[in-house]
Amino acid sequence: MKILVPTKRVPDPDQRVKTTADGRAIDTDGLSFVANPFDLIALEEALRLRENDGAIEVVTVGIGVEDYEKELRTTLAMGADRAILVEADAELDPWNVASALKAVVTRERPDLVLMGKQAVDDDSNQAGQFLAAMLDWPQATFISKIALADGAATIDRETDAGIESASLKLPAVVTVDLRLNEPRYASMLQIMKAKKKPIERIALSDLGLAVEPRIEMVGVEVLSSKRNCQMLSSVDELIQKLRDEAQVI
Amino acid sequence: MNVLLIAEYEGDALRIASVAAVGMANDVAQTTGGTCDVLLLGADASAAAEDAARYAPVLVAEHADLSPATADCHAAVIAEWVNAKGYDVVVGAATTYGKDTLGRAAGLLGGYMASDVVGHDILDGELLLKRPMFAGSVNATVKLLGGPRVVTVRSSAYDAPTANESASPITTVEVTPQPARLNVNGVASKTGGRPDVTEAAVVVSGGRAWKTSEDFENNVGKLADTVGGAAGSSRVLVDAGITPNELQVGQTGKIVAPDLYLALGISGAVQHLAGMKNSKVIAAINSDKDAPIFQVADFGLVGDVYKLTPQLIEKLAGTCAGV
Ligand SMILES: Cc1cc2nc3c(=O)[nH]c(=O)nc-3n(C[C@H](O)[C@H](O)[C@H](O)COP(=O)(O)OP(=O)(O)OC[C@H]3O[C@@H](n4cnc5c(N)ncnc54)[C@H](O)[C@@H]3O)c2cc1C
Repeated sequence: MKILVPTKRVPDPDQRVKTTADGRAIDTDGLSFVANPFDLIALEEALRLRENDGAIEVVTVGIGVEDYEKELRTTLAMGADRAILVEADAELDPWNVASALKAVVTRERPDLVLMGKQAVDDDSNQAGQFLAAMLDWPQATFISKIALADGAATIDRETDAGIESASLKLPAVVTVDLRLNEPRYASMLQIMKAKKKPIERIALSDLGLAVEPRIEMVGVEVLSSKRNCQMLSSVDELIQKLRDEAQVI
Repeated sequence: MNVLLIAEYEGDALRIASVAAVGMANDVAQTTGGTCDVLLLGADASAAAEDAARYAPVLVAEHADLSPATADCHAAVIAEWVNAKGYDVVVGAATTYGKDTLGRAAGLLGGYMASDVVGHDILDGELLLKRPMFAGSVNATVKLLGGPRVVTVRSSAYDAPTANESASPITTVEVTPQPARLNVNGVASKTGGRPDVTEAAVVVSGGRAWKTSEDFENNVGKLADTVGGAAGSSRVLVDAGITPNELQVGQTGKIVAPDLYLALGISGAVQHLAGMKNSKVIAAINSDKDAPIFQVADFGLVGDVYKLTPQLIEKLAGTCAGV
């Protein structure tokens, strides 16, 4: 049994972002990068599933223009068996990421693709659904629980209406929500050891693919959410402001 | 541009998020001289047809296998219909159903998709879509480079359209769905009779300050009832099992923009702000005068929520739309 865990390299979410001088893109100069938090949750779950079933192999895959080495090493240090890096010469949108993942799935033949529900940079929430559609595999998005048995996955999904419980046959694409687990930190020793684990590099063109953009960025604007807060001194004053001034209660 | 709106409904009424999406879809159709149809999918889809017909012509695809709603089954029906009729744009609400199902439909339709759209414009016949990124700290304006274009709409960013005076036609369409490959056993919800955070004019929300479910219920819940609003929460309370997940507001929870958002013991992490910073009025109570929530609030009160919330409930009881 094999689990494939896609891993995106994203700017550390704790930084402020700014735009490039022409206002058309995010200026990534000087930003520090991390593996997408949702992807690490997917990886953590794959590692836990392997703890229950030693026959599981966990493979991570990164796709992109920048050097992913550090982020993929993190996945290896956490415990992934090996990693694949698909090197592209242009930025990829969700469709192109899904196309590359499909090609990797065709080579690797995993039983399960376990991935983050969204990347915290573009917040698109598309790649998993695109991949499932392209492969014509069943999909379960936004899961907060998963168990594997008899060639099927039993899952809980987080929906607007509450927790949906369901099952689906493998192979399948499953995307994870935040509450599934708390990813482990890799120890210094694991990080040292991970340096010896293999990272296979494949050019996007070797998969028979070229980037075919679906989205063009026309502009970006950084938003400020600052307001002028009136500090009040009592509940009575708060009620008066909300009722008489703002007229919202 | 001819637009197909995929609507969600509950009983005989469209969900509020879908009504906002109809407004966006109608506007794109009208501005470009196209049409807008509303597609209702499900086992009892005809029940909501009359409500939907107040906004646009309705297509009812009723079939037992379309319920419970699953992405694979619904997306295949949507994609087939879009291809058969040549729609230019497919629109839905950015709900968990919309993200799941329209995401898969877009995967079948070539991947021209913009998620969580908060604004749009037609420039030289081109559809420009504005969407938040980086937990809402930036808005990007994007163009989809081909079609059919698939768009999910953040309902809090769009006003609900006014209904037309005369009803639009309702047409039944034949569909032959494939059996769903996600076998749904059920949905567990714990919210009880309160409105959903995305649909209430007032949201009273609690954060880590609240130590137990009882405390949350007796204070945040009770205050929400007093003002006739919804109860919401930060992620930490959901993680701690104090509140159910459908109460979570934020980047990974629900996005709300009520008339009033009252934050009780919430620090104001960017991921939480992503879900509520566009509320019309924001008020916060926090024991830490330097809590970041005060920077995005209109009104702030420094103090202990365990002391101040019961006072609010007592003083507001019987004076609001609530109970
Ligand atoms: C990828 C990612 C996604 C996330 N998505 C979300 C999301 O969707 N929604 C979300 O909410 N969070 C999300 N988070 C978590 C977020 O970063 C914060 O950890 C969380 O919002 C903090 O919740 P809080 O404000 O309730 O708790 P804390 O940050 O612990 O703040 C508690 C506040 O309560 C105050 N307080 C304590 N006791 C009292 C008292 N008795 N009276 C008054 N005030 C008191 C404190 O001063 C403090 O300001 C996400 C995190 C990540 C990494």
